[in-house]
Amino acid sequence: MKYDIIVVGGGHAGCEAAAAASKQGFKTALITSNKKNIADMPCNPSIGGTAKGIVVREIDALGGLMGIIADKSHLQIKMLNSGKGPAVKSLRAQGDKITYPQNMVAALESIETLDILEEMVEDLIVEDATIKGVICDSGKTYLCDALILTTGTYLKSKILVGSTHKEEGPHGETSSKHLSDKLKELGFEIQRLKTGTPQRIDPTTVDYSKLTEELGDAHPWTFSFDIEPQYDVTKQRKCYLVYTNELTHQIIRDNLTKSAMYGGYAEGIGPRYCPSIEDKVVRFADKERHQLFLEPESDFYPDLYLQGFSTSMPIDVQEKMVHSLVGLENAKILKYAYAIEYDAINPLQLTPSLETKVIKNLFTAGQINGTSGYEEAAGQGLIAGINAGLKLKGKEPLILKRNESYIGVLIDDLVTKGTKEPYRLLTSRAEYRLILRHDNADLRLRRYGYDCGVVSEEQYLHLLNKEQKIEELTRELKDITINNSNVSQNILSSLEIANLSSGISAYNLLKRPQIKMDNLTEYLSNEYSREVLEVVEISIKYEGYIAKTIREVEKMLKLESKKIPKDIDYDKILNLASEARQKLKTVRPETVAQATRISGVNPTDISILTVYLKKEYSKDSNNE
Amino acid sequence: MNENICAISTALGVGAISIVRSSGPDVIKIVKKIFQGEDLESVNTHTLNYGFIVDKDEKIDEVLVSVMRAPNTFTREDVVEINCHGGITTTNRVLELLLMNGCRLAEPGEFSKKAFLNGRIDLIEAEGINDLILSESEEARKYAINRVEGNLSKLIIDQRDILLGLSAELEVNFDFPEEMDNPEVTHNNLHSELTKIKDNLNDLLKHSKEGQIIKNGIDVAIVGKPNVGKSSILNHLLDQNKAIVTDIAGTTRDIVEGSITLNGIKINLIDTAGIRDTEDIVEKIGVDKSKEILSQADLAIYVLNNNEDIDDDESAFLKSLNTVQKIVFINKDDLDSKIDTKKLETSNIVYGNTITHNGLNSLKEKIIEMFNLNEIKSKNYNFLSNAREIALVRTALESIENALKSVEDEMPLEMISVDIKKAYDDLGEIIGATYKDELLDELFSKFCLGK
Repeated sequence: MKYDIIVVGGGHAGCEAAAAASKQGFKTALITSNKKNIADMPCNPSIGGTAKGIVVREIDALGGLMGIIADKSHLQIKMLNSGKGPAVKSLRAQGDKITYPQNMVAALESIETLDILEEMVEDLIVEDATIKGVICDSGKTYLCDALILTTGTYLKSKILVGSTHKEEGPHGETSSKHLSDKLKELGFEIQRLKTGTPQRIDPTTVDYSKLTEELGDAHPWTFSFDIEPQYDVTKQRKCYLVYTNELTHQIIRDNLTKSAMYGGYAEGIGPRYCPSIEDKVVRFADKERHQLFLEPESDFYPDLYLQGFSTSMPIDVQEKMVHSLVGLENAKILKYAYAIEYDAINPLQLTPSLETKVIKNLFTAGQINGTSGYEEAAGQGLIAGINAGLKLKGKEPLILKRNESYIGVLIDDLVTKGTKEPYRLLTSRAEYRLILRHDNADLRLRRYGYDCGVVSEEQYLHLLNKEQKIEELTRELKDITINNSNVSQNILSSLEIANLSSGISAYNLLKRPQIKMDNLTEYLSNEYSREVLEVVEISIKYEGYIAKTIREVEKMLKLESKKIPKDIDYDKILNLASEARQKLKTVRPETVAQATRISGVNPTDISILTVYLKKEYSKDSNNE
Repeated sequence: MNENICAISTALGVGAISIVRSSGPDVIKIVKKIFQGEDLESVNTHTLNYGFIVDKDEKIDEVLVSVMRAPNTFTREDVVEINCHGGITTTNRVLELLLMNGCRLAEPGEFSKKAFLNGRIDLIEAEGINDLILSESEEARKYAINRVEGNLSKLIIDQRDILLGLSAELEVNFDFPEEMDNPEVTHNNLHSELTKIKDNLNDLLKHSKEGQIIKNGIDVAIVGKPNVGKSSILNHLLDQNKAIVTDIAGTTRDIVEGSITLNGIKINLIDTAGIRDTEDIVEKIGVDKSKEILSQADLAIYVLNNNEDIDDDESAFLKSLNTVQKIVFINKDDLDSKIDTKKLETSNIVYGNTITHNGLNSLKEKIIEMFNLNEIKSKNYNFLSNAREIALVRTALESIENALKSVEDEMPLEMISVDIKKAYDDLGEIIGATYKDELLDELFSKFCLGK
């Protein structure tokens, strides 16, 4: 059997990759070891969160699925950081672990050019350092022109609970035992990473009177730019706040050597931003309490997820730990917490298109690249799917820049800096975050998705319409003059000093810190959607700050335009510091800007590199 | 390319030793003329030679002179470096002796430029140009860092640490909003921290002005109508102090009549043409030139006669001087005063008499007082030593002020973080912690501190 593009793995990366590849018209197969686990959420039930919520918006802007599916399948949704500024705002939804996968499978099945196959891939067919297909443990072979590996945590995965371990993936699934050896044999560096998941609690055994409720927003939200909210804000499920206490910490300290991590039973490196509870207690010994959340996983089964309590303690200790929590004294644990170790490749062996440097037409996305999180995985899957298609069409890859998207920041960080721990996006990783906002993801990216054939005609029209409305509204605000004769009461009460005798345009008035777009809508002659009002308000109100960011971007783009030839021989550049030479040889940056971001390459090395490029460049032009 | 150039290549006022570097085909011969010790023309290459720099019979300084012959030198030319021990004034004299004996003052970055250009020639023969650039940029980088070593870089690092701490607190709030046990950043807290940084940077800039004075001296323009005694003042100041430099073409401005030192600080005395409004084209050029000089001077001494009131031209001119510090010297103090001192637009008034030499010491004391010269001498030299650094601190200060403004306007925390990060980067650039594309260009121009 022969496909144009094969995707191995049905997690969040695999789903987006398969959809993006097949939407470009390629005959595509999604191979998964178990169809029931497609788009599974084995860990946290949440989708979105800081930075990640914006990634979901970006995926939607680029024609991906995660946003639309999440909008159809959540239990609660809220906007985080709404008071701290426009760019750090992002949506976080509590996904339903049953309906999310169902809706995703339905979406994938509706794509005609996509087949979903249930097989365990154990070997790769490679000729002349080019991928040709896969061999499954059933003995079947599938050929392809491009392959996307999105195997998540399934490469040599090992579940750790205390001193015991099982060689299996989440839910007791079989892990892939040979694929990572094959990758190693082909020249990939394999690293061992670790992540963990907390206990699931029986909701009927919780004393809610002792817990603080966390509600969803009263305002309806969607991730997707193209659909209206489809849920009743009053019917959102609640989450609850839980705190650890001194007793909990004592139990953990007393049993530390029994934990897989501290007992020396684990070798993988876990994430700093999402530590196990034993890590938190050890590293922040002076903290009196740690905050936990109790969150619903689905409307179709009872389990509550105890976020923040992930551990690799043995189960008897876990019982004691959970029962030490106020409100959970009598709680029944439905599933115990565990740590999981898995193999990942070194992302420095990837190009920014997510094609590997080792094997042509082989792409990788998601946890196999060292990231953590559904959104990070989905974003990469989408880009890998798009770029596998572009490669087969003989076109230049879609490489999103750091000033264009969080997905671009994520991929650039991975392929430039590598990662030693599961990588998670943070808003602070994005130096130009002021222009990478929730509200403008479609304006930033939808055209790219359309050009690649992943965004539909209808979605594209939606963008054009929005852009036109933005222009109209901006013009209207500039044309409206507000003076003493027409000033409204709500503006007057908002302004501290209100001398409008000479008149001021609505546009300039909006720049005043006290004035909001809401104060001005009564002057508008046309109707505008909330999204249009928001994006225009932000771009006017923060014009100065945005301009500053854009100046920084321009400096970076100047360096980004300095391409480094693919065949550059770093050994020929004399006097590079040896660490820098080593890093440059490993990363092989595509532009000078990328080179500047490599840790261990200092400004002097960049000067040397720049001069070398200039010299080589002028030499070439002399020869021509 | 074949010119002999020289410059002081260490930061003035920072180290105990300063180095006067020269490069060119004749520099060994030139230094030999002012050196008492071994015959520099016959010593081995890359040797350090002990002796004295002399001006005829006068010993100027006890020095070590390194002689490095082409091509294995930084510039690929003969290079001689004089390690001076005698402080700023002495080092200036050594430099001036070289200038008088056939060297030209190097332009900023000219040593680097020579190295670069000579290196390009080498390139054809096989050696990489980057070879040079390496030694050069590496050296330049260390240089830049060393130059701001000690108190100054500590001060910058301290401000950056505070900024980094503020950023980190803000970022934690942005990235982990649901973890409510994290310390909340408040506008009040930001305001007090940012104000501290602002004050520190302002102090630094104030001291840097003094640094500039130590390095370059004070340019003093003497202005006034003809025949009010300008020349007498000038000559008297010069006579008394034995001018250390006069009319060396190319080293200083042509109109510098001479320099004196006050408390070890160089005072460059500049004569200017008349200041009348005039229709005469030639005279007009002179007047325009005077105005330009005045706008760049650190101090203007305006000379008047006590018995003549100020006319409208002068009044207008004195007003136009408001951007410069000024002293009004009122000559002929023995005559009855007809001057309405309100029209002088300054309280820095010195009465004197160029015939009796009365008031000239008061004039000097006034300068010492205005530029705080007594204090400069005793201070730790904790200042930024070039315009680029000062500009970066100014930019950082501007970002801090923007951040403060945003705090006062109660802008969202995110906006404040933009300016905090910007200030952090600007300060980082001073100590070489941030990369900017312009680095290579800058590297050439900042390398030489000669002028």
